[in-house]
Amino acid sequence: MVAKVFIFVAHTDGKADDTAFELVTAAKRLFPGCAPVALVTGSGLDGVCQEMAAALGEVWKFDQAALAHPNAELLWPLLVKVLPAGAMLLLPHSSLGMDLGPGLSVRLGAAYLPDVVGTEASEGTTLRVIRQEFNGQVSTHLHCDASGGAVITVRSGAFPPEATGSAVGQVSDRSGDAEGLTARRTFVEVIPAEAGDIDITREEVLVAVGRGIGDQENLALAEELALAMGAALCCSRPIVDAKWLAKSRQVGTSGLTVQPKVYLALGISGSFQHLGGIKGSPLLVAINKNPNAPIFQAASVGVVADLLELLPALTEKIHQSR
Amino acid sequence: MEILVCVKRVPDSAENEISIGADGADIRRDDLVYSVNEWDNYAVEEAIQIVERVGGSVTVVAVGTADAEEVVRREMAMGATQGLLLVDEAFEGSDGLGIATILRAAAQRGQYDLILTGAQADDGAAQVGGMLAALLDWPYASLVNRIEVNAGESLRIGREIEGGSQEISEIATPCVLSIQTGLNEPRYVGIRGIRKVASVEIPMLDAAALGIAEGSVGQTGAKVQRVDYFVPQTGLGAEMLAGSTVELASQLVEILKTKGGLK
Ligand SMILES: Cc1cc2nc3c(=O)[nH]c(=O)nc-3n(C[C@H](O)[C@H](O)[C@H](O)COP(=O)(O)OP(=O)(O)OC[C@H]3O[C@@H](n4cnc5c(N)ncnc54)[C@H](O)[C@@H]3O)c2cc1C
Repeated sequence: MVAKVFIFVAHTDGKADDTAFELVTAAKRLFPGCAPVALVTGSGLDGVCQEMAAALGEVWKFDQAALAHPNAELLWPLLVKVLPAGAMLLLPHSSLGMDLGPGLSVRLGAAYLPDVVGTEASEGTTLRVIRQEFNGQVSTHLHCDASGGAVITVRSGAFPPEATGSAVGQVSDRSGDAEGLTARRTFVEVIPAEAGDIDITREEVLVAVGRGIGDQENLALAEELALAMGAALCCSRPIVDAKWLAKSRQVGTSGLTVQPKVYLALGISGSFQHLGGIKGSPLLVAINKNPNAPIFQAASVGVVADLLELLPALTEKIHQSR
Repeated sequence: MEILVCVKRVPDSAENEISIGADGADIRRDDLVYSVNEWDNYAVEEAIQIVERVGGSVTVVAVGTADAEEVVRREMAMGATQGLLLVDEAFEGSDGLGIATILRAAAQRGQYDLILTGAQADDGAAQVGGMLAALLDWPYASLVNRIEVNAGESLRIGREIEGGSQEISEIATPCVLSIQTGLNEPRYVGIRGIRKVASVEIPMLDAAALGIAEGSVGQTGAKVQRVDYFVPQTGLGAEMLAGSTVELASQLVEILKTKGGLK
């Protein structure tokens, strides 16, 4: 029996996000031979639906003003209503996917597979996928009983996007199914992130400091290095959580996306949320005391060292070389 | 406001290098330093601050082995009103839904207006809060980074969305919220604080006491099973530099110079 496979299309400003096409690839790998159906929800969807119809055979459109802002508490009742029994639904592992996926799986009586990064051949209704734990320090193989369907969130960037333009898909307007939706959670507004004193997204050389710096007073070591290099200082999330640097210095999925030529990562483990904010393939130099830190997989140059020893020496060498 | 906060005892990722045991069945746990899951600590702090503003109580609950007591006690030392441990061999091997099922049983023994969980824990699954909400049929929001208590039976909340923007919503109570890091500054707990709550009794409930049917949770009830741990062989990885501190510094300066890293 061929599985009934659906992908949930995230979109912004009338265009499908990259994740939509990555989900198509993931769906085809998990369910060889399947014909995934694209689910598009929101308000004013014609552009996105056409775009998806050029990639897939079938698009279901749910166009309602109430869905203009994604709200998981509105979406789960809709999806419970329209999805067939045993459906396999793929979502991006984004703020929306994390909001919607777990509860939806319970309501559908389906299994839940979060933040999937790889797949292996499934056996009947047993799905086999790969996830990571401990911020990417180790991976795991999972087996999942999907006989009652599955909700699967997929990590952004883990699968190559499916090339588009080959299909002549049908857009089926199912907006009627989304009429009169109500939720116990209502959208009020979006408050954009505050701009900072400097704009790290425009900097060519960045020194990024992570939790490995240990104490707030050690931050000066990274500041002195950045000053010597003529670089700007940025950081991973725990540094912002601790209020040592402003949010406008945070690199990552919930911070800023930077495109430097050189990125020096100091005591950063290399979580996908952090690496997700580094674009344009810079020279990535990582200094970390743990030789197995995942950052060394992504880095171009790696140094296993204690920051507290290496940073002063490096700053001094730079001054000498000038 | 009566608040239940779900916490997990995890290997402290900032303190540990995680490695895998010989047969791949588990990570090496002998020398690990454990602590409360980072996200949960923010959740407990937020609950305490809410109660400080509007009154009520904070109950901290953990599913696990008897070892979980140390983190529950630590969170009580922060100022939580009471603790609760859910421990049974039958819980071992539970998937996310299993854990949520056990927590629901605990939630239904009280009269809570609000349940908080961390947004995620060591396995990065970010699933238990949303599942618990669905099992209770309460509304849910994930990645919450702001909570204000309204006059009526609702909260005004902020969710962190991509790029660090904040989505503001109104949510009805009772509800379940999963908490993102950074929304407050968790208070420090010293030895003294721990000592103060050292003799407070923390009730421990098993499957029978919670009315959880055999086989509905644990390994047998799990739709999702972890087969093994492994370290993937990915690409070439970084060019690793070697040498003394001074030698490393010299090599780095050369590399930075040629690649435009010194301005
Ligand atoms: C929804 C969501 C969004 C997120 N968004 C972001 C985001 O935008 N940006 C972001 O960065 N994170 C984000 N995170 C958090 C992310 O998952 C990680 O927790 C975070 O990136 C870890 O930061 P880190 O690498 O600095 O700390 P850790 O993972 O704790 O790593 C510290 C590293 O320092 C090393 N170290 C320790 N001491 C020393 C020393 N003396 N010398 C050298 N090395 C040392 C350790 O070996 C370790 O590798 C997000 C998480 C979630 C759930």
